[in-house]
Amino acid sequence: MDAASLMGPSSADAPTDGEHRMGTTIVGVCYDGGVVLAADSRTSTGMYVANRASDKISQLTDNVYVCRSGSAADTQIISDYVRYFLHQHTIQLGQPATVKVASNLVRLLAYQNKSMLQAGMIVGGWDKYEGGQIYSVPLGGTILRQPFAIGGSGSSYLYGLMDHEWKEGMTQEEAEKFVVKVVSLAIARDGASGGVVRTVTINEAGVKRSFHPGDKLPLWHEEMEPQNSLLDILAAGSSDAMVQ
Amino acid sequence: MAGSTELPTKGGFSFDLCRRNAMLEKNGLKMPGFRKTGTTIVGLVFADGVVLGADTRATEGPIVADKNCEKIHFMAPNIYCCGAGTAADTEAVTDMVSSQLQLHRYATSRESRVVTALTLLKTHLFNYQGHVSAALVLGGVDVTGPHLHTVYPHGSTDTLPFATMGSGSLAAMSVFESKYREGLTREEGIALVAEAIRAGIFNDLGSGSNVDVCVITKGNTEYLRNHELPNPRTFVSSKGYSFNKGHTEVLSTKITQLKLKPEVADGDAMEE
Repeated sequence: MDAASLMGPSSADAPTDGEHRMGTTIVGVCYDGGVVLAADSRTSTGMYVANRASDKISQLTDNVYVCRSGSAADTQIISDYVRYFLHQHTIQLGQPATVKVASNLVRLLAYQNKSMLQAGMIVGGWDKYEGGQIYSVPLGGTILRQPFAIGGSGSSYLYGLMDHEWKEGMTQEEAEKFVVKVVSLAIARDGASGGVVRTVTINEAGVKRSFHPGDKLPLWHEEMEPQNSLLDILAAGSSDAMVQ
Repeated sequence: MAGSTELPTKGGFSFDLCRRNAMLEKNGLKMPGFRKTGTTIVGLVFADGVVLGADTRATEGPIVADKNCEKIHFMAPNIYCCGAGTAADTEAVTDMVSSQLQLHRYATSRESRVVTALTLLKTHLFNYQGHVSAALVLGGVDVTGPHLHTVYPHGSTDTLPFATMGSGSLAAMSVFESKYREGLTREEGIALVAEAIRAGIFNDLGSGSNVDVCVITKGNTEYLRNHELPNPRTFVSSKGYSFNKGHTEVLSTKITQLKLKPEVADGDAMEE
């Protein structure tokens, strides 16, 4: 339940009421030599898009990142705590934390506080022991090592596609292209996902972030080319703006 | 043995009143609401700083409780914070964090950072799981540059170049979405913030009255209280509202002694 409903009769249900949640599409994919994480950028409160350019891929250490889905507040607090623990761990160990340790910390917090949390997370990164790894930590706080993982409301549209199209041993370019395609497909069908596609590629060489604007994504079934406002077209004097 | 089901358990919390309230509410009792500021608050980043803006209406349900309240709160000399939600909560949470920042400055002898304020706010709000209903727009300039954040009652935060909050956020965001661009000048920034607040004042019933603005740049903060007054009083009595002493004739005076002095005869009153 959200706080607004405790306010009594004075608060009518506004589109901005309700907890800040991320109706989301997040993806993590292993490729030959590393991992790619990808996410859309929509954060909504009720029916309102509170942030259309949010960053759902958070840094945990130099070589481990996490994709967040569910309640924004809950996943931010989890990743803040894990970042803090890993920082200490790195100093005590004198070497970078492994992806396994990072994802196990995420699991620990998600599992021990499961009754209070609404958080589905995908941890991805690279370490010298096991190379690129993806761990998915879904709602109940279990942990699964997978060659690829999907999460968030948009993931329901992707299971069949991932099973069909994911290949072992993709190149970095193939994997990056693949996740952008996959997230843009979910954005096209899932109303709670949208905006831009952000990706993070992690391998031995380091980390690369990239950004794919919403109007440059591939067009899928029945989607139209982006165009300026109808008002702009009318103002420009084109008479057939209404004809389509 | 005796009344085994009705015996209260030893220790712990008692939820009797919660059950009573749930029953009363189910039977149609309307619980009194809190004073929520139906509000428009905004902020944007411009070339060398941030501009914050707010309307000045405070409401209690449908009643305008205060026509010229202050919603831009002081956090630190270089950080201010606009508040929407329950007035008491925004006031309390900003005051609390502001004093923690002051103590931190005494301990470190350094200017406060906006992320410090942000982290203090979000951890407090997260701990209260949304029951502290404070929706905030936090802005400031520190050693790392200008920063603007939004904070939601449940403790989630966003970092944005322009932000709106409160019941008028939709009206204000429509202004920002159509006119904001990178690298606005100071004057353009103030004008755009004022326009966004006006959109809230005129199109949102929960917002109204005047426009407050706060401009923060490196080493300088300007609080422009009542920067715009788009809703001036339309009628002012030509005779004024102050009356001279004796304006109303005194017809009679009667003074009644309220408390009579008790008199103890003798003996000890406390003795039994």
